[in-house]
Amino acid sequence: MTQRLPVLLFALVMAVIPFIPGMPPFWLVLLDNIGLAALVAMGLVLLTGVGGLTSFGQAAFCGFGAYTTAVLTTAYGVSPWLTLPLALLVSGAAAVLLGIITVRLSGHYLPLGTIAWGIALFYLFSKLEILGRNDGISAIPPLAIGSLRMLDPGTIYFAIWFAVIVSALVTMNLLDSRTGRAIRALRRGHIAAEAFGVQTPRAKLLVFIYAAVLAGLSGWLYAHFQRAATPTPFGPQAGIEYLFIAVVGGAGYVWGAVLGAAIVVVLKEILQSYLPLVFGGQGQLEIIVFGIMLVLLLQLAPTGVWPWLMSLLPSATRRRADTGAAPLAHARPELPSGPLLQIENARKQFGGVVAVNDVSFEVRAREIVALIGPNGAGKSTTFNLITGVLTSSGGNISLLGKSIDNALPQEVVKLGVARTFQHVKLVPDMTVLENVAIGAHLRGHAGAIASMLRLDRADEAGLLAEAARQIERVGLSEHMEQLAGSLSLGQQRIVEIARALCVDPILLLLDEPAAGLRHMEKQRLAALLRQLRDGGVSVLLVEHDMGFVMDLADRVVVLDFGTRIAEGTPDKIRTNPDVIKAYLGAAT
Amino acid sequence: MNTTILLFLLQDGITNGAIYALLGLALVLVFAVTRVILIPQGEFVTYGALTYATLSAGNVPGTAKLAVAMGVVAFGLDIFVARKSLRLRGMLRALGVNIILPLVILALTMALAGRQTPIAVNIALSLVIVAAIGLLLYRIAFQPIAHTSVLVLLIASVGCHLALQGMGLVFFGAEGQRGPPISGMAFTLGQLRFTGQNIAVYTITAAFIVALWLFFGHTLYGKALRATAVNRLGARLVGIRTTLSGQLAFLLASMIGAISGILIVPITTLYYDTGFLIGLKGFIAAIIGGLVSYPLTAVAALVVGTVEAFSSFYASNYKEVIVFTLILPVLVLRSLAAPAVEEEKD
Repeated sequence: MTQRLPVLLFALVMAVIPFIPGMPPFWLVLLDNIGLAALVAMGLVLLTGVGGLTSFGQAAFCGFGAYTTAVLTTAYGVSPWLTLPLALLVSGAAAVLLGIITVRLSGHYLPLGTIAWGIALFYLFSKLEILGRNDGISAIPPLAIGSLRMLDPGTIYFAIWFAVIVSALVTMNLLDSRTGRAIRALRRGHIAAEAFGVQTPRAKLLVFIYAAVLAGLSGWLYAHFQRAATPTPFGPQAGIEYLFIAVVGGAGYVWGAVLGAAIVVVLKEILQSYLPLVFGGQGQLEIIVFGIMLVLLLQLAPTGVWPWLMSLLPSATRRRADTGAAPLAHARPELPSGPLLQIENARKQFGGVVAVNDVSFEVRAREIVALIGPNGAGKSTTFNLITGVLTSSGGNISLLGKSIDNALPQEVVKLGVARTFQHVKLVPDMTVLENVAIGAHLRGHAGAIASMLRLDRADEAGLLAEAARQIERVGLSEHMEQLAGSLSLGQQRIVEIARALCVDPILLLLDEPAAGLRHMEKQRLAALLRQLRDGGVSVLLVEHDMGFVMDLADRVVVLDFGTRIAEGTPDKIRTNPDVIKAYLGAAT
Repeated sequence: MNTTILLFLLQDGITNGAIYALLGLALVLVFAVTRVILIPQGEFVTYGALTYATLSAGNVPGTAKLAVAMGVVAFGLDIFVARKSLRLRGMLRALGVNIILPLVILALTMALAGRQTPIAVNIALSLVIVAAIGLLLYRIAFQPIAHTSVLVLLIASVGCHLALQGMGLVFFGAEGQRGPPISGMAFTLGQLRFTGQNIAVYTITAAFIVALWLFFGHTLYGKALRATAVNRLGARLVGIRTTLSGQLAFLLASMIGAISGILIVPITTLYYDTGFLIGLKGFIAAIIGGLVSYPLTAVAALVVGTVEAFSSFYASNYKEVIVFTLILPVLVLRSLAAPAVEEEKD
């Protein structure tokens, strides 16, 4: 629970602040504003910093929360506490609608889409009769517990900061879980995550909704704090400001949101009160400073203030994950006597280029098959066809007699096919253990809500124990708690193997596993693969190190320019004239 | 609906659409070369328009001074970057582009202010001022982070928008301005009245579309610029000067923005913050064009302009809502058409 202690201290300090004698009420107003902004920014941290989805439209979700409670409490006299779940529901539902449309889009379309809807919703808020048009809705009742009416900034302060601290805890819980790992993998692209069964569109939608609900909560609090709701605080300018807050604080860090909110809110206040004195002139000068600072910050400190601040503190020992739980159950289908993986006339064309040209071969149970060939022979493309990353242009691929033509990667891995990548696809800022645990994604069951409330611990312990077991198996135990990005490339490849083993595979596809390994490491890898084979796992590997391949493989399939030119035992392949010609050129 | 209204709305829509098309083209241009999504495009519009209006009113616009200030910063950056290998030629170039050029422009502006200058001189001066700002903006804000992801560039772009818009308020004040029309010519065709301004908008837009399409599709230099966006390192290895192509793209984009501004400021009153919305409508067109296609962007811009004209007639309250919601079905279609591709990030 070392993670919790600073939070508890922080909560205590925040709880004491209003009771400090002589505390100017204006400072409490500032703190309230900081809390409100921190809530929205926290959602953005998860969305942008962790999940890699940028949104300029979060202010609109605040608007949904604020207007929901404003309309219900003023026009229908509903109690503010009853409107809380409704406000969250409305912002969440809006996020579902907009999210379904936009989260599937890659890269820059999402932020552009968020700018557009941010503006559209702002105009909608300011034109709708029921929302009071530009004047908004006023005379919103204050929050009240019994006879305590939260009228002044000093009392609603507690509601706001209670929400901030609870949200921070819930967000941290979510990140430190099975779902959290899936979210953290999103930023590095979707192929690796999907290869282990993560439904990436669903994970993206989830963070999107989560961020919107936090914004809705902030909007609901805002409405009862200001006792009014007008369109301006929910416009595009505010949306940009929230993103600014997240970037200032450190977009990858939950507490960065709080810090960023504090910096920006205080700075804005100072700029607003002093800039006109210094420069005279008209308002909005702080906007100029903000804009320039944002650009400067991206150039000088793109990771934000929080990580810099943390690096000043003595580094706390990394919390060792509890990996002592019983390993996961081992469920394996009856292995067939015939072929495990059957590829018949598989074909892949990219425009006019035939990358894989009617290739056929099979992998039997308890067998190591090597796929070799010169660069550009179509080896990795074949892997991508088998695992569903690419859709084939023709032919059949079946596993255990069941066709897996053009199945989604998430379906293929469910059948027990796990893979590694030619270009390592790990999440560099996650530990080796966490990276490997992504491999066991499908073997856990805890959902997002359970993770937020820490009801997932038994499930989580099983996954981590399994991951630890596989890391030990590949011989990287002493690196378990290191960040994956700090390992050498050869070690990262081994981490990928451990991750694949977490699937509990019946077929392991390894893309150049020995590249970057030293001689001894290669020998250990070969021993491990043999041991796996004897334990019932078939291996299909692409490799350029001929000594390694010929020593290890039971059979070798040779590709050249997308076509299979030979197949047989290593001895036969060594002397095959076609193979020699493909590698060394014709002697003519 | 009667035909007169229909025709009138169509004409209005096409005139607006042509402006959006110009802006959309500039956005595609900048994105294709630098991967920057140019949110401050709208500020180039207001700067161009209001600089022109200020000059026409006989005053010195603040933008001319801004160019000088930005030049000083850019010069400092150039010297700092080259501090290890200071060469006279490079220094002179930096001095010429960053310091002397903006100073000459400012001197010229101050010398001409208050006199009866011909419209053509005012237009030329406004274009040069805004072009200098565009070029220097790339040098200061984007060149140091040119290698980062599209998202980082986008956030920086939003930062530039904020700063430039804020400065727009300082330079031009909160009141809207109008500029003198380029030509007083007007004629009637059937029930429609065409002004010289309309015709100028149409011809200039068409000329830019053709020119950009020819330049990027059919000249070696145009192709080199596109290569820069796809792979900076590769482009540098084959001898393309990536920093120069970025500056050139911004120069063109800011000039296109300024031209659009000068074209519309005689038709509508422009405020310091009007540009943002106008620019965003250009964006919608650019997004429909997938940020790559010039002709598609132009067509999309005409659609945006027409939809805007019709919605301002039939549902004027919800005009902006309708226009900005246009983007959503487009994004849906895009997401269905092209499955997301893997991007190597960070």
